[in-house]
Amino acid sequence: MKNNTLRAFAAAAALLVAVSMAGCGSVTGVPTDTAASAAPATAAPATSAPAATSAPAASATGAAATTAAGTAVSGSVTASGSSALLPLAQEAAKEFMATNPDCSVVVNGGGSGTGLKQVAEGSVDIGNSDVFAGEKLDASAAQGLVDHEVCTITMAPVVNSTLGVTNLTTDQLVSIFTGKTTNWKDVGGPDKAIMLVTRPSSSGTRALFRKWALNGQDEASNAALETDDSGTLLQTVQQNDGAIGYVALSYLVNAEGVQAVSIDGAEPSLENTNNGTYKVWGYEHMYTRGDGSAASQAFISYITGDVFSQKLESMGYGVTAKLSADAAAAHRN
Amino acid sequence: MRGITTGCGLLIIALTLAVGGFLIIRGTVTFTVFRHSVSEFLFSPNWDPVDSAGGYGGHVGAAVYICGSLMTCALALLIALPFSLAAAVFMTEISPRVGAGFLQPTVEIFVGIPSVVYGWVGLTVLVPFIKNVFHAPMGGFSVLAAGIVLSVMIFPTITTISADAMRAVPQSMRTAAYGMGATRWQMIRGIVIPTAGDGILTGVITGLSRAFGEALAVAMVIGKTRAFPKNILYPTSNLTAAIAADMGNTASGGEYNQALWTMALFLLLISLFFIILIHLIPAIRKRRAES
Repeated sequence: MKNNTLRAFAAAAALLVAVSMAGCGSVTGVPTDTAASAAPATAAPATSAPAATSAPAASATGAAATTAAGTAVSGSVTASGSSALLPLAQEAAKEFMATNPDCSVVVNGGGSGTGLKQVAEGSVDIGNSDVFAGEKLDASAAQGLVDHEVCTITMAPVVNSTLGVTNLTTDQLVSIFTGKTTNWKDVGGPDKAIMLVTRPSSSGTRALFRKWALNGQDEASNAALETDDSGTLLQTVQQNDGAIGYVALSYLVNAEGVQAVSIDGAEPSLENTNNGTYKVWGYEHMYTRGDGSAASQAFISYITGDVFSQKLESMGYGVTAKLSADAAAAHRN
Repeated sequence: MRGITTGCGLLIIALTLAVGGFLIIRGTVTFTVFRHSVSEFLFSPNWDPVDSAGGYGGHVGAAVYICGSLMTCALALLIALPFSLAAAVFMTEISPRVGAGFLQPTVEIFVGIPSVVYGWVGLTVLVPFIKNVFHAPMGGFSVLAAGIVLSVMIFPTITTISADAMRAVPQSMRTAAYGMGATRWQMIRGIVIPTAGDGILTGVITGLSRAFGEALAVAMVIGKTRAFPKNILYPTSNLTAAIAADMGNTASGGEYNQALWTMALFLLLISLFFIILIHLIPAIRKRRAES
């Protein structure tokens, strides 16, 4: 009897520890393959600082992978983080696993902050993020993470398609999103109240839009609807004829009832992003600890490689290698 | 056998304490490390915490969120309570057979519907309805929409617990009331509802604590605008929606992240308060009856 009670106590204590750890975010649904996570320690000199990988370098590794595509890799890769990158990463995982049947790739969402934290702790192999690691982690945690800029993502202001506004200047856009302009007639539209639809203040999409479209000015949070995800944002814009919001191009591939708005005459498109005329875009990052396991490296090379690039563009993301020098230079912080 | 049951009991206690302890540790950092005052958190509407690891110096006033939570819950209760009481009276006093055989199971099905379904229906039916009928300024996302969705969610809780309390009223009291010449309505109003008062109140508080903690359904229809609503047709935000929207993206350990933990701690304290209240009601009643 006494023994039983003791055992129960032990179980309770073990669970308590597990719970407090789960609360810290260090437990993921998928156990990390120990062999895979042990590998980077030897392969990766920690000297490679975050964000050091430049766009051309990323495309070079991509090319290398496509030539070596014949040899299948095995092992497991876990990734978590950015919801903007999630659809692409999941599609890539599906195709990657089809060509590498011995490899298992599991991609979860959770947000950029979560992805970066988990990769820094080693609980996932790849942390997906909309922002540079240094913005969400302290310096010691960010050190040792290697940045892979797997693709670009272009953000577009969207309005209801019945509104009839197709172009706004940066000044007008800033004025609208900071709550100064409240009627469409002031910016060349119909006499209709402007309804702001935004994303949460911690969102990567919002950070990107703030930096490149609004000249760093804060949106009027006290006059805007906030939606948790871009899908809901689009739906809200579809249902309200005075609404304006912003989403990634990947959400506009099959969207109906919404109109992407040009900024200063530049239409939001992959082409204009690549040639540098459209400015509201950012890199999507995949972070690994060190260079990452062999399987992680192969997976990242697959995403940036030629084979997948067509699929990538059809989903509305941009191929990093296609960026013109001008466009890349304008976004080097 | 006894060991196992004891173990399970202790496990539950340990879990509760662990969650509580964890929230206290995380939630108080805002006050201990980042040096914000409790009154700033509770009463200031200035919400602008710094979102970077180790960065601080922003503002953590959560008054808009707290106010949003309180308003939606109060509105939900206002809408749900009359319906709940009427349904409970019907089930126990007016038509017990239909009540027990048909109405009660139906109401209980309500409890099992996942909150995302309520939210979705709210988003696709209720929000456009409010926009078109009341000409709400922000497309129908409003305190009213959140209040209605929540009222549907807490309706079964209040109804079931109230009905149980009314059933527990001794038959002899009803017979006595009829014997004194009371009509059925007088009997219900004068005998059943007052006698079942404790139970009804327990139902109300249980419903309220569910409403307070509900995140998903409310988040989908409240609009999440960080401002006090001008009236119930305006959007606002609440505690749970704010936590759910920002928890994954904020830098862990940063001021923003810790402020969200403080909000979580505040939610726990509120629900603790409700639970303690439920346990105190009989004692307070008793004391009042004695004096």
